[in-house]
Amino acid sequence: MDTQYGWLLNLICYLPLAGALLIVFFMKKENVGAIKMAAVTIAGVDFVLSLPLWFLYRTDGAEFQFASQADWIPSVGARYLFGVDGFAILLILMTTMLGFIAVYSSFTAITNREKEYYVFLLMLQTGMMGVFCSLDFVLFYVFWEVMLVPMYFLIGVWGGPRKLYAAIKFFLYTLVGSVLMLVGILALYFYNAGGLKAIGLVGLGNAPSFSIPHLYTIAPQVPPELQFWIFLAFFVGFAIKVPMFPFHTWLPDAHVEAPTAGSVILAGVLLKMGTYGFVRLSLPLLPDATVKAVPWVGVLAIIAIVYGALVAMAQKDMKKLVAYSSVSHMGFIMLGIFALNDPGLRGAILQMLNHGAATGALFLLVGIVYERRHNRLISEYGGIAKVMPVYATFFLIITMASIGLPTLNGFIGEFLILIGAFNHSWVWALFAASGIVLGAGYMLWLYQRVFFGELSNEKNKDLKDLNLRERWTLIPLIVVCFWIGLYPKPFFDRMQPTVDRVMERVSVALPETDLGFLYGGEGETDHAEESESKHGE
Amino acid sequence: MSLADFVPFLPEIFLAVAAFTVLLAGIPLGRQGSRPVIALAIAALAVTAGLIFFVGRPVAGPQLILGDMLVVDQFAVFFKILVLAASALALLMSAGYLDRSGYSGGEFASLVLCADLGMFIMASGANLASLYVGLELMALSVYVLVGYFKLEVKSNEGAVKYFVLGATSSAVLLYGISLIYGTTGSLDLETIRVTLAEVPNENVLLLLGIALVAFGMLFKVAAVPFHVWTPDAYEGAPTPVTAFISVAPKAIAFAMFLRLFAGTFAGEVEHWRILLWIASAATMIYGNVAALTQNNVKRMLAYSSIAHAGYALMGLVAASDAGTWAVLMYMVIYAFMNLGAFGFVILLESKGYAGERIEDFAGLSRRHPGAAAGMLIFMLGLAGIPPTAGFMGKLYLWAATVEAGYVVLAVISVLMSAVSLYYYFRIVVQMYLKDGEEEGESPAEMLSDRWTGAAIAVCAVLTLAFGVWPAPLVGWAKSGLIALGLV
Repeated sequence: MDTQYGWLLNLICYLPLAGALLIVFFMKKENVGAIKMAAVTIAGVDFVLSLPLWFLYRTDGAEFQFASQADWIPSVGARYLFGVDGFAILLILMTTMLGFIAVYSSFTAITNREKEYYVFLLMLQTGMMGVFCSLDFVLFYVFWEVMLVPMYFLIGVWGGPRKLYAAIKFFLYTLVGSVLMLVGILALYFYNAGGLKAIGLVGLGNAPSFSIPHLYTIAPQVPPELQFWIFLAFFVGFAIKVPMFPFHTWLPDAHVEAPTAGSVILAGVLLKMGTYGFVRLSLPLLPDATVKAVPWVGVLAIIAIVYGALVAMAQKDMKKLVAYSSVSHMGFIMLGIFALNDPGLRGAILQMLNHGAATGALFLLVGIVYERRHNRLISEYGGIAKVMPVYATFFLIITMASIGLPTLNGFIGEFLILIGAFNHSWVWALFAASGIVLGAGYMLWLYQRVFFGELSNEKNKDLKDLNLRERWTLIPLIVVCFWIGLYPKPFFDRMQPTVDRVMERVSVALPETDLGFLYGGEGETDHAEESESKHGE
Repeated sequence: MSLADFVPFLPEIFLAVAAFTVLLAGIPLGRQGSRPVIALAIAALAVTAGLIFFVGRPVAGPQLILGDMLVVDQFAVFFKILVLAASALALLMSAGYLDRSGYSGGEFASLVLCADLGMFIMASGANLASLYVGLELMALSVYVLVGYFKLEVKSNEGAVKYFVLGATSSAVLLYGISLIYGTTGSLDLETIRVTLAEVPNENVLLLLGIALVAFGMLFKVAAVPFHVWTPDAYEGAPTPVTAFISVAPKAIAFAMFLRLFAGTFAGEVEHWRILLWIASAATMIYGNVAALTQNNVKRMLAYSSIAHAGYALMGLVAASDAGTWAVLMYMVIYAFMNLGAFGFVILLESKGYAGERIEDFAGLSRRHPGAAAGMLIFMLGLAGIPPTAGFMGKLYLWAATVEAGYVVLAVISVLMSAVSLYYYFRIVVQMYLKDGEEEGESPAEMLSDRWTGAAIAVCAVLTLAFGVWPAPLVGWAKSGLIALGLV
């Protein structure tokens, strides 16, 4: 563990919280302009401060860098342990960027109780960042739950008509998952230390520790039986968060009712917590159970891909359509992760970023017309490309990114996931490909119904095009979409150490004979790299 | 027995003298309202804490005093300090409330001090007889406190129910004690422990005795199926009394429970464990599910306190040092969270009566953002959401339960604590998500009472502080374990 610049990570993590407290104690709620300025400045500074992580991370350095550690609850071995690898850095950068955009995009959308709104938004930022920074299970869990509270309020106070229902449903679903995860964490913790005496499970007798890097080292020794139960506990926690079929039902409600910024954060970061958990915890800590779970998770992921896409196609409400498309896209990411090979995992990680950028932008775009018309029904629109040309262009770019058009980011991620899935089994690839086709179907059909045709609805005739602020909330995301689409190498460079280590840890459970098949043959991997470099030009 | 035996007993003696002094002082002081006499009682509690520090602490290991009737050990000190803190906070909250309702403070404070004396003896009893005496002193004081508002029908009803059922449970407990005495030939806890540890006893009468003692204790901690008195007593009692009895007597009942079951009856653990497993699971499920539909905040918190007894029972089921440790911590954490929550019920008033409807909290965040944030902390704490102390408390309980191998019980409890979030958040919904200006709504007025406010602030700060930095509390609770010979 490399502790250089450890203070930087703490600063990035706690700056939003400090800002929130500043607003709480030193700003009057009537002074809305100043609160907005303060919030956007804090979020902006936080983003700027997080940029050095991108440059200072050394791909050949220690696994976890920017680390800091201190005693926290010594009697149980819980420590304050912060540190990140390339994978976490990518997600942190996405969090700070989307956090800034979320604050900036809310200036006109939120017109009541602004002070509380920005306070909760900033607190949420600290909670999310803490999850990606924590390397101690107790700390990780604390942040994991802390972020639920502000999100609950964002949905519950500033949400749509069914906000109460959606907010509590979101909270309860995630809470049930996470407390079960905690039981799994405890089982692992005791196996590392004294064991579970009453059921005759002898532990390893190490010093009690919740440290994730330490638990990595004992992972191969955990008996398969125990791994299965812990995996199940983790799976419920992460699968609800992702959300995987059949735990996805909270998502459309939460997305539809949440304010725009809430949806952006929810889609961009909160859903990634689930997939982050799988890559960071389930795979390396429970390799044996992971390998055994591959067929089951694969089936659930495929159901999510196809079912999410089909349901999205049938939606009348734009936001609901985007929400179900998230279910489908997250199924894709899960498929990539559980292909358990290098291209699949790289594709999945990249797709996590892509989905954050593209879906985040889609929610912003839907929010923009909603703010003007207070209506999200697709049938209310039609032909608005004529009155909102810039909006239509931005929407088109993001639609293309979402359906995986080459030169845009979605293509790289989906292509790698497809390679990974194909290396695992052609059936997986077949279903995954069908998901892409369906995805193109519902997105293009949405675009056609909203933007083309006659401008029949009177109310749409004087819709204003994007103003400067709205453009600037979208431009960073569009830049990211093109950047990843044209030159993804810097992203792959930063995630490669993580991917290698995860593959190394999970491969102890892969049967020797199948290794080549599951791991992805050399030729296939080269093929993936070829495709990258092709688009890198 | 020598005179030196009485030195560690000085806190108790002082408390008894203080109880009568406060009672008498209440007559002249009562003319200026209840505040002076309450202040006097709180000062007496502070002096008692000082006496515990100077003379009432074990110097070199546990010390038996007064003919082996009482033991002075770290475990007892832990609970005594907790009782003192909880009583002081409850008294702070009660002053304004008593003034508003027109009842005198002298008798009230005196009864609280009497109850404290009983609890002190329960905390340090080393003999079944002294434990029982302490228990009855505590219980009788509390029955009167519940019925303290003698003109309120609900208060009377609660007191009578509590008294009748409490007396029955005491009789059951006493019968259990007599069976244990009959089979082991001793009332001394250490003697019984050694006897049972040496020869595992399968005597049916002994097991019946232990079971009956367990039933008595389950009544005192308000566990299913001995919980029926709780909602009525909690709802009927004056709110500061509810705050007090939901915390201090429950904590001390757990102290006695631990001393008897984790200590004395440890040798028979395989017999009583299943009993407590069932009680724990049933208590968690029933308490949380029944709380879902309550519209009266005091009743809801009553069911929530039943549920919390169920969580704490997990620590007893684990029957390990980790389990005992977790219960100790949980009692402290629960005490502050619950006192704080009741503090807000005291401060809210609608139509001249305490704000007990959930709707009384409507729109609180608009009118009093600080108060709403405080209540939010307590609700998160009771639901066990980090970064509040409630999470740390539950973490230790779950850890102990999983370590002991009772994963099913742990899973029941994590699911039930997710259920509990729903009803705690009904209050949060009212505070933050409603305006309090909807049709037909008349939310309660928030009174300003510095004393109650100060008590709530202490609770809120501790609830957050123990959640973020639990190490000191953890260490302190661990020191309580050594006394039981568990570490």
